[in-house]
This record gives sequence, C-alpha cells and structure tokens, in this order.
Amino acid sequence: MNWIGRRLPRLEDPALLKGGGSYVADHAGKAAAVCFVRSPVARGTIVSIEMPSDGTVFTGRDLADVKPIRPILHRPDYVAIGQPVLPVDRVSFCGQAVAVVVADDAALAEDLAEQVFVDIDVADAIVDFDTALAPDAAPVHPEATSNVVVEGRMKTQGLDQAFAEAAEIVALDVRSHRQSAAPMENRGGLAEYDAASGRVTLTASVQMPHMLRTGIADTLGIPESELRVIAPDVGGGFGQKMSLFPEYVVLVWLARKLKRSVAWIEDRRENLLASAHGRDQAFSLRGAFARDGRLLGLEADLRSNIGAFSCYPVTCGVEPLMAFAELPGPYDFAEYGVRSRGVTTNTCMMAPYRGVSRPTLTFSMERMMDVAAKRLGIDAAEIRRRNLIKAFPHRSPTGLVYDEGSYLQAMEVAIEAAGLPAFRARQEAMRERGRYLGVGLSVFSERTGYGTPAYAARGMEIVPGYEIVDCTMDPSGDVVLRIGSSPHGQGLKTSLAQLVSDELGVEPQRIRIISGDTDATPYGWGTFASRSMVIAGGSSKLAAGKVAGKLKTIAATLMETSPDDIELKDGWARVSHSNQAMEIGTLARAAYHQSHRFKGLLPGLHENAVYDPGGTFSNASHIAFVEVDIETGGVRVERFLVAEDAGVLINPMIVDGQITGGVAQGIANALFEEIVYDDTGNLLTASFADYLPPTAAEIPEIEIMHMETVSAESVTKAKGVGEGGAIGAPAAVVNAICDALSPFGIELFELPATPQRIREALRRAGGASYA
Amino acid sequence: MKAAAFDYLRPADLGEALALLATHKDDCKILAGGQSLVPAMNFRLARPAILVDINDLNELDYLRADADHLKIGALTRHAAFHRPVVEGPLGTLLAKVVRYIAHYPIRQRGTFAGSLSHADPASEWCLVAATLRAEMLAKSVRGERVIAAGDFFHGTFTTALEPDEVLAEIRLPAMAPDWRVGFYEFSRRAGDFALGMAVAAARVEEGTIREARLGVGGVADRAIRLGTLEDQLVGKPASSALIDGIAREARGMIEPNGDIHASPEYRRDLIATSVKRALTEALA
Repeated sequence: MNWIGRRLPRLEDPALLKGGGSYVADHAGKAAAVCFVRSPVARGTIVSIEMPSDGTVFTGRDLADVKPIRPILHRPDYVAIGQPVLPVDRVSFCGQAVAVVVADDAALAEDLAEQVFVDIDVADAIVDFDTALAPDAAPVHPEATSNVVVEGRMKTQGLDQAFAEAAEIVALDVRSHRQSAAPMENRGGLAEYDAASGRVTLTASVQMPHMLRTGIADTLGIPESELRVIAPDVGGGFGQKMSLFPEYVVLVWLARKLKRSVAWIEDRRENLLASAHGRDQAFSLRGAFARDGRLLGLEADLRSNIGAFSCYPVTCGVEPLMAFAELPGPYDFAEYGVRSRGVTTNTCMMAPYRGVSRPTLTFSMERMMDVAAKRLGIDAAEIRRRNLIKAFPHRSPTGLVYDEGSYLQAMEVAIEAAGLPAFRARQEAMRERGRYLGVGLSVFSERTGYGTPAYAARGMEIVPGYEIVDCTMDPSGDVVLRIGSSPHGQGLKTSLAQLVSDELGVEPQRIRIISGDTDATPYGWGTFASRSMVIAGGSSKLAAGKVAGKLKTIAATLMETSPDDIELKDGWARVSHSNQAMEIGTLARAAYHQSHRFKGLLPGLHENAVYDPGGTFSNASHIAFVEVDIETGGVRVERFLVAEDAGVLINPMIVDGQITGGVAQGIANALFEEIVYDDTGNLLTASFADYLPPTAAEIPEIEIMHMETVSAESVTKAKGVGEGGAIGAPAAVVNAICDALSPFGIELFELPATPQRIREALRRAGGASYA
Repeated sequence: MKAAAFDYLRPADLGEALALLATHKDDCKILAGGQSLVPAMNFRLARPAILVDINDLNELDYLRADADHLKIGALTRHAAFHRPVVEGPLGTLLAKVVRYIAHYPIRQRGTFAGSLSHADPASEWCLVAATLRAEMLAKSVRGERVIAAGDFFHGTFTTALEPDEVLAEIRLPAMAPDWRVGFYEFSRRAGDFALGMAVAAARVEEGTIREARLGVGGVADRAIRLGTLEDQLVGKPASSALIDGIAREARGMIEPNGDIHASPEYRRDLIATSVKRALTEALA
C-alpha cells in the first residue's frame, strides 16, 4: 500500500486535541517569572532608570558585555544596524525592552516592573516612510546617514522602448498597511540552568532552534555547546518566530547570571507591541501595455517600512529584496525597472510574515491587470491569458528560473468551477435591488523550497537552505527520523512519516520524528519559507532510501537473491516473482545482531542525507465572491475558490489545511487586520479588540482544487504550499470588491479595505447615500 | 497580564454585600460576571483594592414579569435572554439583541445589570435601557431609590450609582402585543463592539404610528434616545420616505466620536443606516 497521497489523519492531533500538547508555558511552572519593562515612547534618550531597591532588576548597563544583534548582508547598499539587547543610551520604538525584572511569580514581576521608572528625553519619532524619506529627515540611527538601509535597483535595456511603444500606461499607487502574524501562542521562553554542567537549556516558542542557539551564543560570546535550545509544541509562527529576539538573549544571560531557571511568557499586548510586524509597504507601479493587453514592461518604486531594527538572521532585506526579485510574478514580460528600498523608522521591527512581500506584490500586479483590462476593454481573465507564463523553464527579468508550472491551466480550472455566467446574471439582478455582488480573480507564483543558492544570491552572511536528516531503524523495525526542520503546527511529522513509509515499507505509526532539540537533531534551518516538505522531505526520502537499500541487501543475503529483486512493503521484504518473504523487523534485528554475516555493510541501520535544492515554484489561482453593503461599507466574502498546483501531494488533507489557513490570513489582510500607530509612534492596536483577526464567522468554506505538475526540481515531487493562501487572497478579495462597486467606478489600492475606507471611496465617487 | 493585588470578599446575602459597600465605598468594585472588569484589572487599567463578589446572592438571580414591567435581577446573565423571556415584542427584541453581545462563552457569565453599571458606550443593553425608558433600582444600606434611564447614564463608564450602591434590579416597561420592534448593529467582526447600532419600536394602528421608541448606541459617550424623532414619527403613516427622513435627521443631530475604526463622518453614516434599518424592521 502506498502512503503518499492519502488523507491520513495527523499523527500529532490526538495529543493536541486531548490537552496533551506541551507548550513553553506548560514547562515554566517552577521557574522564576521574568517581566520586561518596555519603553513607553518611540524615540528618545535614556536619562536615567530608577529601580526599586528590593527587587532583581537589570538594565543595559548590566549587560554591557553582551554584543548587539547585528545581522549582515554583503551588499554595498546595506547598512548594518546593531540592536542592543537592552539599550543603554536611547530607545528606538515604543515597546522596546529597556529593563528586565525577575520575581517569584508573574504578578509580583509586574508589580516590580511598575516601580521601574525610565526617564526618557523624548525626541520626535519617525513613524512612516514619507517622513523617513523626506530629504531633511534626521536618521533614525546615528550609524546610518539616511533612513534607507537596503536598496535594490535594476533596469533592463529595453524598458524605455517598451514605454515608448505602449498603447496604454497604467500607473497605480498601492498601500499595504502593517500587520502582525498574530500566532495563537505568543512568544515565550524558559531558560534552565544546570549546575552540574553549567549548561543552559532554553525551551522557546520558535521556528529556528539551531539558528537561535548560534545567535544567542554569538551574542553572549559563549560556545554553542553551552546552550541547548528546544522548540516544544509551538502554537503557530508564520515567520514571526524565526528571528533572534533580545528577550531570548536576556533569558539565557539571566539563567547564567542567577544560576536559576527563569521564564518569560509573553502576553498579547507585548506580542502586538514588540515582537515583529510585516507588510507595511507602499508600491508605485507603471505598466506599459500593448493594445492587445500584453504587458511590455514594468517600472516600480517599492518602499518597505522595516521598523527600527534588522531581523536576524534574514535581515531587513527580506521584504524589500523579495519584492525587488519577485514582482513580475506569474507574468511573461522582458522589460523591468525597479527600485526597492527598506526604510527604517521608530516602529517595531519588520520580520518575515507568511508570504513575505508577495501578498502586496500580487495585490499590486493583480490590481494592475484588472485596471488595464478595463481600460483596454479586455476581459479580466483574457488579459491574464495573454500574459501568463506558458513555456518552461521560464527566466524572469530578474534572473529567477521558474520550473514547470500550470499558471494558465490553474486559472482556467478556477474560472470553470466559479460558474461566472450564472454569477453575472445574479449580480445584475441583485444590483437592481440595491445589492452589490462582485467577483475577483488573482493568479500568482510562489517560490518555495529554495536552498543555499537563493540565500547566497541575496548576500546573506548566514546562508540557510539545506537540511540534514538522520534516519535510524531500530532492531525491532521501528524508525526514528531526526530532522533540523522545526514544525509548529503544519503536520509535518505526519507528512514525513508517509513519505518514509513508502521508502521503508513500514506503517507511518511506526515512524517517530524528532525535531526542535539542538541536542537531538542535526544542525538545520527550521521551518519557514514553504521549505520543509520540499527540503526536509527530500533529505528524509534520501536518508530513508539509504536505509531501504541496506535492508534490501540484508534481505537479499538472507534469502539468497539479488537486492534488485527485493520489494519493501506493508512490513515485509518480498522477493519478486516468488512467495519468499521476511518481516522487516527480522531484517532489522539481523542488521544489529548478525552484522558479521553481511560483508561490506556497516552494522546497524543508521543513515543520513543532505538535500539542498535550487527551489521550485508552486502556483495558484484564487477567485473570491463578495457582497458589499454600500451603506455601511461592510464586505462579506460569500465564496472562495482556490486552484492550487503544489506538485505531488503527500497528504492532501494537510495541504488543504495549509491553503485554508493561508486564505483566512489573506482575507484578514484584505479586510480586517491593521497595526496602527499614532503620529508619535504610540501603538493604538495593542489588543484583539482593536487588531482584528477574523473569526470563523467571517471566513467562508474554502473550495480547493488541485493540479499536480511534476517538477524535476524536487526529489519528493512535492512543491511548497505553506504561504500561497495568504499570497493570493488579498488580491482576489479586493478585485471582487472593485467589481461589486464598478457601477460607481471605484478602484481600491489600499489594504485592508475596511468599511470606513470603502465608505470614503463611495463618498468620493458620489455613491454615498446620506452624503 | 496579571492583576494588581486586591482583597476578595464574597458576601452570602445582599445585606452583607451592602454593608461591605458602605464600609469600603470607592475602594471596592462589585464582581458579577467579570467579563469587562477582569480584563481591565489584568491590563491594570482597573485596580480596585477590594472585590466584592456577588455571585452567591441568589436573591438577585431572577426575571419577573408583571403587567407593567419586566424585572431583571442583578445576577441575570446575558444568556438568559437567548430565548424570549416574556411573550410578545419585548421578549423578541431582547432575544434578538442578545446575539450581538460579544460571544457565547461571555454571555454565559456576563450580566445585564453589570453591563448597565459598567456603562460602556457600545453596550447593547445600555441602548435598550435608554431607548425603552428603563428604571434602575439601586440599593444601599441607606435604602433604595429608582433612577430613570435618562438620569442613569452620565458618560463613558460613569453612571448615577453612588459608591455604596448596587444596581439590584432593572425594570423594562412591558410592551403590548401590538408593538413592533427592530434592531440593527454594525461591527467589524461577529461579537465586536458596535460601531453604530439602533433600537426602534413602534405601535401602529391602521397604518398610523401611535407610539414610537428610537435610540442609537456605540456612537457617542452613551446611548442616545432620540425623543424628538420619536415625536416626529407619531401620528404619521409608516413609509420608506418617512424612515429615510428620520434617518437623515438622526445623522445630523448627533456629534459622534471618532476612533481608529470609525471617524465621526463614517459614524454618521452608520447612525443613519442603523436608524433606517431598525425602523424599517419595526415598521415592516
């Protein structure tokens, strides 16, 4: 029986659903409680810090030997900015930790924190790009001469010619407001000091445990052997939990200093204030279109607000450089000119968030296609048909090579399923009754599963990408897989077990996967960027394949045949074209206990493998149906379709779960979630009463269709699928809103499209009743 | 996210509770459902020195209807209104409105009287009480008094209650079977605070409005009963033109507040739309 392709219920779920999950806070019971004192202002000079005399409180002066967090990109346009673990002289954003308090419990720690008074000489904060980019703007950081801290530029030779020949030039200014990944579990860490060894074990809610160990060790100036990092069950990350945060360095420093266990369990207010944000971007695009709708060239000025600091290890280049490289998306055109800047401000740091720039760039390109279609009198689907990539491999203007995909086909499948003629009739009928329905389309590519070449091309000093997997079958025939990926809710253990089951011929239930423990797993890069199924999956398949090869050799020796004639399936090694067979458990026992019989084989069944692929592009098309209430500006998403091509599906149920969750975050991006600062850099959205993740009531059932393009770029034939839902949904939803409001001639270019913004647009268009 | 230290007292009956309030006055807060108070304490926005938990006061857990009133005891939870508590339009209206109050688990604990005492400007029950001309029965060791809804709400989170008083009972006027009711609320997500809402009720005889109730909430520092618009409705035949005119007047007569979710200008839109939709439902 093949396990790949089956909707196997997740092996992780029984424990999670029965309250048996094990999150950081579940471990923190006996530890002292840590509370951070945070800056109440966005910018200023620290004059003094008054501390209670009877408490354990530390400030930046106590941590003077700790190095700042200072990630590096080797690019001439990159300005490295150091983030002090606790600042000594100045604060750079509202919520920045300036002191740390340790007490016996969390309430006492908060009492103590209230008694720490930070006297700050407040300066004018720079909150938005316009202020930061003004010619006379003071730099946010003294070590930078301007507020542009990373910048990518390119222009192809024929761009000017493309614009000269254009029949229609479509210019648009897109604004994506800032968001939080809002994982269900906030950040948190428990640092335990072991008196016998002097080592510290940090149990933390993170996505990259090995990277965290490296980062903390470098910052504290200790060897990595003195630190163990464990990522237990992690309640969502979406990129927010990739970065090295000052809080984790402080926890390890405290455990070493106080020689006791300390725990910090972040609350939602802190998470919204001081973890990481994303998507604060303004894109200006000009598209040169031929009369027939073909896009001849694209010119773009892209600004990303990267906040006060550069996230480690991926740096503040992550949003601007992703936008720079991937703006062309699924479209086939040659001429491209782009300037993409990362702008520093006195706001919370930007870090990757599911999709990284691609929700905004897909929104930009898909809005542009709809506007161009209207201007040129072409159907929205037809203009895409004329521009989508159709031949593979495809080389984009920025040099990215797209492997085999199904850009056009996925769109046609989605359109077919959408039933547009019937919808248009209903839309017309409803409009006569004062109700406004709309349909919106988006098409996009999603670069996934990329290894070291892609990161090296960015100039990263720390180059992630490969994965190492250790695969061991024990003498009873059970399997242990040790992986450097670090799943946090994706069901990766189930998917990997299915993959390995087909290699080794044992049931998935007999495969145990160990992740998220630097003492027990090979050095790896964790889980992010839609990489784990492709890369950890690839190395798992390769490592298990080596063990399978050894099993076959043993079976062939014992049954006196050739290894090529052995098939491993359903727990048995069978000789083809005969009724001879041995149980895999018997072979495993022989591998350990009768090793002298197998000449040329090392004893036991233990292999490892490395996989470091170039990357593979998934693709999808989304179609959203909405109803807009023109009196309130409220939008209801009535129906949502996804035609997704993620290659071969290992577990289609898990893939559907990834897409559904991503689309929900994409709808949130389109309609609900927005981090708001006031002019002084004070956060106005510090709870879920003001920052608005949608509930189940706002998200419709997501209808998903699959294409399966087999790519040579992935040894498992699977492509990544973690981010696509979030990438395509905002464009589809807002295109649908604009379709609904087309009688008023309204085009929206701002995310999220809130009721208030929709009413403003209606008022400007003269469609506001009561105006 | 832990509350500052406080003392916790749990009186066994109303007499004991009132004595505690008389002793501690401003130092204490009454804990009923705790759905607003406890989060505020955890944010350390509220820091009462003493909590007086009234959940053992079974004598306050009642709903009684007589010819003139529906009487709601202080421990009546929101969830009690999920099904009509009285026959006729009042029970129907309360059952409709209650679905807009936060989420199901919150409605199991939060109380009607707690909402009124807390006086959040976006509280559905405050709007109902103001619009339907409820009476509030306040008790203290000094005795008891009845406060009209129009005098009860003083602004955001402030009421006419003295520190030693408990809001023991709310009296909603009974509604005859020929009243018709309507309610509309707009919020960003299911269960969110209203950005604008309206309650409407009318008694119509042979196509002519004989009596009317109209109020809006979630737009200013307290729920607003639109008495002059009620008067304009009375004596007129129900029509969409009438409703439209009333909605436009409502839009112009209120100075709404603004926040990140709704500017004053946008809130005016929501006032008009809420009034129109609530009235349309009531006059359908």
